[in-house]
Amino acid sequence: MPATPSASRTLGRDLLGLALIALAGLAGYWLFPDNLAFLTRVISVALLVLSLDLIVGYCGVASLGQGALYGAGAYAAGIACINGVTDPVLLILIGGGAGATMGLLMGAIMLRAHALPQLVLSIAIVQLLHEAANKASSITGGSDGLSGMSPAPLFGIFEFDLWGRSAYLFGLGLLLIVFAVLRFVTRSPFGMVCRGLKEDPLRISALGIYAFPVLLKMFVISGAVAGMGGALAAIATQVVGLDSVSFEISANALVMLVLGGIGHLYGALIGTVIFMALEHIVAAINPFHWMTLVGAVLIAIVLFAPRGLSGTLDELARLLTRDRWRAGR
Amino acid sequence: MQTALSIAMDALAYGMALFIICIGLSLTMGLMRVVNLAHGAFAMIGGYIASYAARDLGLGYAFGIILAMIGTVIIAVPLERLLYRRIYDRSELSQVLMTIGITFCVIGITNYFFGPTLKTIPLPAELARSVDLGFRSIAGHRLFVIASGLVVAGGLWFLIERTGFGIHLRAAVENAPMARALGIRTEIIYAASFALAIGLAAFGGVVGAEFLPIEPYYALRYMVTFLVVVSVGGAGSIPGALAACLLLGAIDVTARYLVPDFGNFFFYLAVILVVCAFPRGLMGRAQ
Repeated sequence: MPATPSASRTLGRDLLGLALIALAGLAGYWLFPDNLAFLTRVISVALLVLSLDLIVGYCGVASLGQGALYGAGAYAAGIACINGVTDPVLLILIGGGAGATMGLLMGAIMLRAHALPQLVLSIAIVQLLHEAANKASSITGGSDGLSGMSPAPLFGIFEFDLWGRSAYLFGLGLLLIVFAVLRFVTRSPFGMVCRGLKEDPLRISALGIYAFPVLLKMFVISGAVAGMGGALAAIATQVVGLDSVSFEISANALVMLVLGGIGHLYGALIGTVIFMALEHIVAAINPFHWMTLVGAVLIAIVLFAPRGLSGTLDELARLLTRDRWRAGR
Repeated sequence: MQTALSIAMDALAYGMALFIICIGLSLTMGLMRVVNLAHGAFAMIGGYIASYAARDLGLGYAFGIILAMIGTVIIAVPLERLLYRRIYDRSELSQVLMTIGITFCVIGITNYFFGPTLKTIPLPAELARSVDLGFRSIAGHRLFVIASGLVVAGGLWFLIERTGFGIHLRAAVENAPMARALGIRTEIIYAASFALAIGLAAFGGVVGAEFLPIEPYYALRYMVTFLVVVSVGGAGSIPGALAACLLLGAIDVTARYLVPDFGNFFFYLAVILVVCAFPRGLMGRAQ
């Protein structure tokens, strides 16, 4: 691919974006020191939504079963921790590995079908795993959840204390690394092929590219990211519940992604933060008001802002700059 | 033997109740190409109306069913005009999102008005007692559900294959611009079939309330079940939907009797196997 003249500019923008995420994360650390456990959960779910964006936004494969990958990572990390592997970095890697394996399996099944049957397969897989995790209570703790894990201090120094400071900063660091890697992956020729498959599969196959291995590879990457998110949740809360591998968390992840904007990595982050902050506030008042609100927001997005918040912001920015550019002439 | 027979009877009745609810969804998805995840929400609205009419107003079961169907259609038609019409040509993802949104709103609003409790629909004496079939007796309600399912299947087949409305509907599905050019008013056809689908959902919600109890999370709890059944059967096919409902209903009921602690495990295992073997559903047509 020829180097575009703006290559250095996009690099600068990426660095700026990463700096902004780090800044926002640190601001959360200073502003809400009492809610760090919740903020860590936001980061963990943000990883899940990012992973979903890779499949839905970059490959065009609709999935309502992303919780299968997240839960696989969470349970793998939890079980490993109970069985004596306590190093947090290693646990994250185990979670990522388990998620990637599950992604390979799930992709191999889901890519057999298209459109609606594919969506149904994703739901069936997550429900199947949910029932399996419930049944295998000797390994997973069943409906009581898996508890009793005590991760070792991070790098041997920072304890995972009651306030969750080290867990939060650890999560923030993980998010930054994953985000930077994903930025690179989605820009790579491989990421471009995935986008092409979403836009026009016929044309891509006419170029001599076989879709299945490309999409399967993205499933594995997505699984690794989701699995790390799950492992982070397991380390931070030291409990793994059945809700981590459920249809509800999968559907919520899709709603967050759509709210933020499909096909934008930033959109996934924005959607997660706004959704979870609103849920935190409104659901505490009345869970049914929360459902009505989410429903109305979903309808409004489909009708008025199909590209989500980040897409709409992009469009606004483009309109504004174009007007200024015209005025400048 | 006795157990096997009662399992078979329950499975048949449950499959038929599923069929009455799901066939409407199958029609909207196969003929109108809308993935309507809010279908269960309309079945739930029907159940609430019937429960209110039969239990709180004391109007009786039959009247409750009729009121439920009419009331639900009255609620659904404005929604079709305002919301659904805008997503007929949009991507599946948009349709899924909007209809999930509608489901959430229905759940929130229903709970606001009716509270979070379980709603029962009292059965009339004729359906509550058991009927002797000679070789064994069966609850009258089960028999009523099975008969209703057969009537719905036959009636729909007749409507779509043998009447003028059915011809217009199939023409509008096959090629909407050409149908319009021939003077078929496709918007009216679409609105009518949508209303039919919703009416069937309400009917199914009421008669199936013994199997799928009416409560605020009904729409969300069974949303996946309905979608799965339709997609296993192949959207738009009446025999396919019937086969899928009977098959999955049988698996679900049998598993619940024999290995209750596995929950829905075997149900979803069967779904994955069927969809992998028949990616278009049991009797789905090639697109």
